[in-house]
Amino acid sequence: MSEMDQIRFQVMWNRLLSVVEEQAQTLVRTAFSTSAREAGDVSAGVFDLDGQMLAQAVTGTPGHINSMARAVIHFLKVFPSDTMQEGDTYITNDPWKGTGHLHDFTVVSPTFKDGVMVALFASTSHVVDIGGIGQSPDGKQIYHEGLFIPIMPLATRGVMNEWLLNLVRANVREPVQVEGDIYALAACNETGSRRLLAMMREYDLESLDELGAHIIDTSRVGMEKAINDMPKGSWTHTMRIDGYESPIDLTATLTIGDGEIVVDYTGSSGTSSYGINCPMCYTEAYTAFGVKCVVAPKIPNNAGTLDAIKVTAPENTIVNAPHPHAVVARATIGHMLPDVTFGCLHQAMPDVVPAEGTSNLWTVKLGAGHGMTMTGSNEGTWTPFMVNSFHSGGAGARPRQDGLSATPFPSGVRNVPVEITEAITPVVFWRKEFRQNSGGPGKRRGGLGQTMEISNREAAPFGIFATFERVHYPARGREGGAPGANGRVRLGSGTDLKNKGFQMIPAGDRLIIEMPGGGGYGGAMDRDPESVAADVKSQLISPEAAAADYGVIVSVDGVLDGVATVAKRQST
Amino acid sequence: MAEGAKLAVDIGGTFTDVVVEWAGQQKSIKVLTTTQAPEEGVIEGVRAVLDTAGVTPESVQLAIHGTTLATNALIERKGAKTALITTDGFRDSIEIAYEHRFDQYDLYMERPPTLTPRHLRFGVPERVAADGSVLMGLDEAALKALIPVLAAENVEALAICFLHSYINADHECRAREILSVGLPDVPITLSSDVCPEIREYDRMSTTCANAYVQPLMAGYLQRLADALEVMGVKCPLLLMMSSGGVTTVETAMANPIRLVESGPAGGAILAQHIAAENGLAKVLSFDMGGTTAKITLIDDQQPQLSRSFEVARMHRFLKGSGLPIRIPVIDMVEIGAGGGSIASLDELNRIFVGPESAGSTPGPACYGQGGTAATVTDADVIIGRIDPMHFAGGKVTLDIDAAAKAVDASIGGALGVSIMAAAAGIDEIVNENMANAARVHAIENGKETHGRTLVAFGGAAPLHAARLAEKLGVERVIVPRGAGVGSAVGFLRAPIGYEVVRTRYMDMRNFDAARINSVFEEMRAEAEAVVRTGAPIGDLTETRTAFMRYRGQGHEITVDLPIRAYQAEDEGMFQNAFDESYKELFSRIIPNLTVEVLTWTLSLSTDPSLPKPVEAPSASAPGVPQGERTVFDAVSGQNVMTPVYSRTSLEPGATLAGPAIIVEDETSTLVTAGFDAAINSLGQIVLTKKGAAS
Repeated sequence: MSEMDQIRFQVMWNRLLSVVEEQAQTLVRTAFSTSAREAGDVSAGVFDLDGQMLAQAVTGTPGHINSMARAVIHFLKVFPSDTMQEGDTYITNDPWKGTGHLHDFTVVSPTFKDGVMVALFASTSHVVDIGGIGQSPDGKQIYHEGLFIPIMPLATRGVMNEWLLNLVRANVREPVQVEGDIYALAACNETGSRRLLAMMREYDLESLDELGAHIIDTSRVGMEKAINDMPKGSWTHTMRIDGYESPIDLTATLTIGDGEIVVDYTGSSGTSSYGINCPMCYTEAYTAFGVKCVVAPKIPNNAGTLDAIKVTAPENTIVNAPHPHAVVARATIGHMLPDVTFGCLHQAMPDVVPAEGTSNLWTVKLGAGHGMTMTGSNEGTWTPFMVNSFHSGGAGARPRQDGLSATPFPSGVRNVPVEITEAITPVVFWRKEFRQNSGGPGKRRGGLGQTMEISNREAAPFGIFATFERVHYPARGREGGAPGANGRVRLGSGTDLKNKGFQMIPAGDRLIIEMPGGGGYGGAMDRDPESVAADVKSQLISPEAAAADYGVIVSVDGVLDGVATVAKRQST
Repeated sequence: MAEGAKLAVDIGGTFTDVVVEWAGQQKSIKVLTTTQAPEEGVIEGVRAVLDTAGVTPESVQLAIHGTTLATNALIERKGAKTALITTDGFRDSIEIAYEHRFDQYDLYMERPPTLTPRHLRFGVPERVAADGSVLMGLDEAALKALIPVLAAENVEALAICFLHSYINADHECRAREILSVGLPDVPITLSSDVCPEIREYDRMSTTCANAYVQPLMAGYLQRLADALEVMGVKCPLLLMMSSGGVTTVETAMANPIRLVESGPAGGAILAQHIAAENGLAKVLSFDMGGTTAKITLIDDQQPQLSRSFEVARMHRFLKGSGLPIRIPVIDMVEIGAGGGSIASLDELNRIFVGPESAGSTPGPACYGQGGTAATVTDADVIIGRIDPMHFAGGKVTLDIDAAAKAVDASIGGALGVSIMAAAAGIDEIVNENMANAARVHAIENGKETHGRTLVAFGGAAPLHAARLAEKLGVERVIVPRGAGVGSAVGFLRAPIGYEVVRTRYMDMRNFDAARINSVFEEMRAEAEAVVRTGAPIGDLTETRTAFMRYRGQGHEITVDLPIRAYQAEDEGMFQNAFDESYKELFSRIIPNLTVEVLTWTLSLSTDPSLPKPVEAPSASAPGVPQGERTVFDAVSGQNVMTPVYSRTSLEPGATLAGPAIIVEDETSTLVTAGFDAAINSLGQIVLTKKGAAS
């Protein structure tokens, strides 16, 4: 390879990353589902003819990282590349061959240059509805969760499969929006194809073979080098979470070997009867994301990086639930997996990973209307509505920094402004602020959760679809750091609500949601008293908590009593 | 004599540019920015440029000023000690923001610090609903109780932002009355004044930012206006805003946040005028300086406008790492790519360029001021695009050996390639970064870069424009004269204008023409009051937009509306206008979905009077090169002997073929092998792709 070829490969790799970014932006701009638009719950990537991923856009969700990458190989098994023609496009929402639940559509399109197939583009997006019982974990089989579309053609030689679209429209509650999202997926693949062809013309390329080999080899070597800089060995860690009907243990054994990392989930709990089960592809995605954040956060994702992290789990466990398990809320498990792998990595490499955090999103899903809170007699008097807003508790403290408050990890979503939700529904938020004393005490304090207080302006009940974690088992600290506060869901009138499933808030009552805090890092008695005093001044912790948890005596306006603090810390 | 002289002043981070135009002539000067008392540098520059031009201060009839001072105060967090008064239960909305991590993989990410610390954020019991009705009255006693607390904290500025105040500002106005009695010397910003728009975090952020920079900016603007008057400049001072319009000092002192990014807006106005002079419908304005490059889409000679942008991005220009500001702005994408941008290798030996910059001190390695980092300018020297003997008109001799050493140490050695290949790589990557950002920006706006004309200005742009054009599918590039002070020249072309906004939610199923008419009447009155202070007479041009979306979507699109009173039958017109805009952006409409309006805007300005397209030069003749030198060609990977032309020797009508370099004092224009160049009748360099229909 000449030295200018080397430069050219770099430039083209750079361009390929831009091509998939443009593909993803096209999708985000045209998508309908809130999670796609607001949270960037989409993926976009370009693949070689063997289905190996060459580049993937950096979007809001790690849940698609490996899952979409593997999906293309499933498509090629059903439709080998030599059967594909210009203008063909394929689709599926198979949770086990796509990205883990029926709400995610994956669309794959081949790209042709001068009549020869040169690449495949794939994209994934979360649609607003797929029929069934709706996006609730109360289903017990995949059949309850909606329409299942096996891998099949979406368009043949440029002609859309109208019969399929007809079937989709007949089976979902928001046919126009879902069809719009399917079109958006196909369109973003076209954008990717157009940009790729422009690049191939600019650099006079007939195929992506050499460039693809350069990308995959360079990335693989980079990953191997990064892994080989880590200590070799095997470490096991278990984290217990709330689950639906009973607590769940997530157990991982992480092995750092020669140029690869293997994470195995043997020992994890069996499957749930409800829709919080996780298909293997989604387990792989969040596990690989967690590991990659530590090993090589800056190397772009492609087949070369994915191969370096292997994820296995026995079938019929909560992390490898086969068909026909219910899987719609698979994120309940998936979001927790980076914390589990961090528990392993912490043993291998101290002072790198954060303490446990809230991790699973506290998505506030509210509704009122037919089949939820209304019967024939009151329909028409009260306003029906659905609210689906992503929120987060506190993240875990880092070895040298406090945890981030009300910030998601590992998910990368955004919330919806309170004023927007209030403008389109009768809901009123009376409070949305940091929850004092919720961050796990530690040398580095865990991030704070937030408290939300919600009512209906109309004299009508409303419902909550709860899928909340860390209510019974909090986020734990590391190295002596204390756990973050447990989450809590209750009525303003006092009654506690369950953390999973649909429940009613009576007319005139308020819903109070107190989100969990992140775990602390290091012993709280080692926290700099000035930092504790600053937290009191900011009212992030109370003076009482400063004394009890940190052994720091500080006035309510944040003035530190150094002498009393020394005495207090010596006596504890 | 110099009747009707016009003066423009642009304060940047390093230099203050001053331009005077009189009787068809133009003079400009660059002086160092005097950060501690910026008005001193301005006065020095004004005095110098007027002396050179032989223009008296008294004959200046128009003085327009743009400045990055507000932006810098936000970036450096050097504003006033600011307190926030908000609805009880929402004092953390300013910090919780969008509950978003802007860097997916960074476990150690930090959120940008807020402008108001938590102990200076106070909740007051009160509540307005989304429809403007009052759910809970304002607790005046609670508010009064804050006065001694705020006084004891020595708060210097107050921001008041209650929920839904964009529709009912009564509580905010009452709160100002109460607090201004107790704290008469503390300036107060109301969210319902500065940003009456839905989305509490963005509104709160804008309100706090305005309060935060107000004492500083008001003091500075008053001192500058006084100093100019003392000097003899009798005309009122006007201020450039980020929207591309100019306004009075009084308005600027009340809404200093609108001055943020006023410099780059001037550049876009210049590009707009060049588009008009050349009769171009689709333009990409490309401004590349020492630290950043800015790219703006200009369609039908109107710069793309927006109502939101992010200031003070902390982290590698990443989206979400700054403070959202909702004000009228010329929409531009800013990339950490300039002459001083530093090149390095990552863990995979991939070349990265920027966003860190060597700035002006120590500057690129070739400046010989002790800089050791390899920069874009170093690469340009090595591959022959910059003549080291004739940089800045020959006033500075560049050290090519230092450049070579830096590039070899940072890139070439580790990569195992020659210094020439490494330098070419730096150049290709920086061009690629800009091209990618431009393409993504276009796609986010439902547009293409393909088929546009690039207007290139700023010190580094003419060197990189041709290669950027090749990457963007652009077949024509225009390099104006005096590209180095482009922003200040743009100020002189800007109209006096003001834009106002109102959020009034309307579901199109409940279309209410009377309500819309009354909103526009109210906005027209507000805008006219502001514009008439700067332009007491003459016709005004009004534009109206609605921010509309399908019910259930998260983002609105901008829909232009006709200027007239609406009737009940106009419901269909609104629907059609939305459909057309939606189709333009997304290539399709979604039938049967309800459409809603969130926000309305009205902007009012004096006649922007764009120039008519100029005639082609009467005759053309080949230009004569002054010499030649070796330049490395990125496309062929070869060194090519390249003729060098002096810009001053090229008269209108002169033509030349690429590869070539056209040198002038402030910059050089690279004509790649794929382009030809000609000088048009305004002295602008026009590059045209070989074989393209001109």
